[in-house]
Amino acid sequence: MLSLLAETGPGELLDGLKALGAGLGYGLAAIGPGVGVGLVVGNAISAMARQPESAGMVRTTMFLGIAFTEALALIGFVVFVLLYYT
Amino acid sequence: MNVLALEYPPVNHLFDWPALWFEGTPFAINKTSLIYIATTVLTIGLFSWAGRRRASLVPAGLQHVAESGVNFIEESVVMQTIGPEGRKFMPLLTTIFFFVLFSNITEVIPGLQFPANGRMAVPLVLALLVWVVYNVTGVVKQGVGGYLKNSLFPPGVPIFLYVIVAPIEFVTTFIVRPFSLAIRLWANMVAGHLLLVTFAVLSAALWDVYYVPAALPFAMLILMTGFEILVSVLQAFIFTMLTAVYIGGSMHAEH
Repeated sequence: MLSLLAETGPGELLDGLKALGAGLGYGLAAIGPGVGVGLVVGNAISAMARQPESAGMVRTTMFLGIAFTEALALIGFVVFVLLYYT
Repeated sequence: MNVLALEYPPVNHLFDWPALWFEGTPFAINKTSLIYIATTVLTIGLFSWAGRRRASLVPAGLQHVAESGVNFIEESVVMQTIGPEGRKFMPLLTTIFFFVLFSNITEVIPGLQFPANGRMAVPLVLALLVWVVYNVTGVVKQGVGGYLKNSLFPPGVPIFLYVIVAPIEFVTTFIVRPFSLAIRLWANMVAGHLLLVTFAVLSAALWDVYYVPAALPFAMLILMTGFEILVSVLQAFIFTMLTAVYIGGSMHAEH
């Protein structure tokens, strides 16, 4: 490991760390929203199954909930793009 | 860029199109702006054709598309979020829906295959337009003081907590909302475009090596194209619905 580090130039190490940070950053940012969207959709499905007549209203609210939860994951994606490509 | 010995095009090539005409001036036209011009013409054309003076009583063809679109916006967006008094925002919401839908769907149209909303500029302008609309609506409906009071000091919070709640509400309502609206649309389109490009590049590279394994990424490419059609429609719907929710929120004070 140390000899590997000694062989690489300082710029390459920085590039590698950048890639590592970008990838890990997006992965970490996706955990919470993943769980959150699952919760939103799961609860919406059980609500629709209990009361099929309110399915329209539940679906509208579900999309709203998904949109708000998903925003965090998308910000993570933007951070990935900014870190990796600039 | 080389990813696992596969020649992947640099991201600039995927999103940054060279100018076709008027290069170097602020009016330079490239593929993205051509798609936007076509989309604008398409949206205006669809509705002026459907609303022409001698419209047929029984809707058919394009007129049917326009009328069911208007019905859809009225029933599942306006009625669910604002209520009957939101009808005067129907033109705005319908235009936003169809404009965003048409400029998203170019992602999967053969020959174009670039989501115009994969560039940040127009989503941001649309989001700022929405920002202006809901703030003006709030000020007109509740007055400057009432609107600020209702959006910064939500009722039902203990008095001493307002020190924390008011700044948070200020940041979410006036700063984060337009940006999250724009970033949601833009990032979804960028991610979809990258996904399609990845599978297309993979298919092409495997096709060069040997025909049989190329079937796998190609099947995924077809599946993902279907998925991206869904995403395009869904993002247009979500953009419209969040606009309606923001307008509804500034029309009625929270109870």
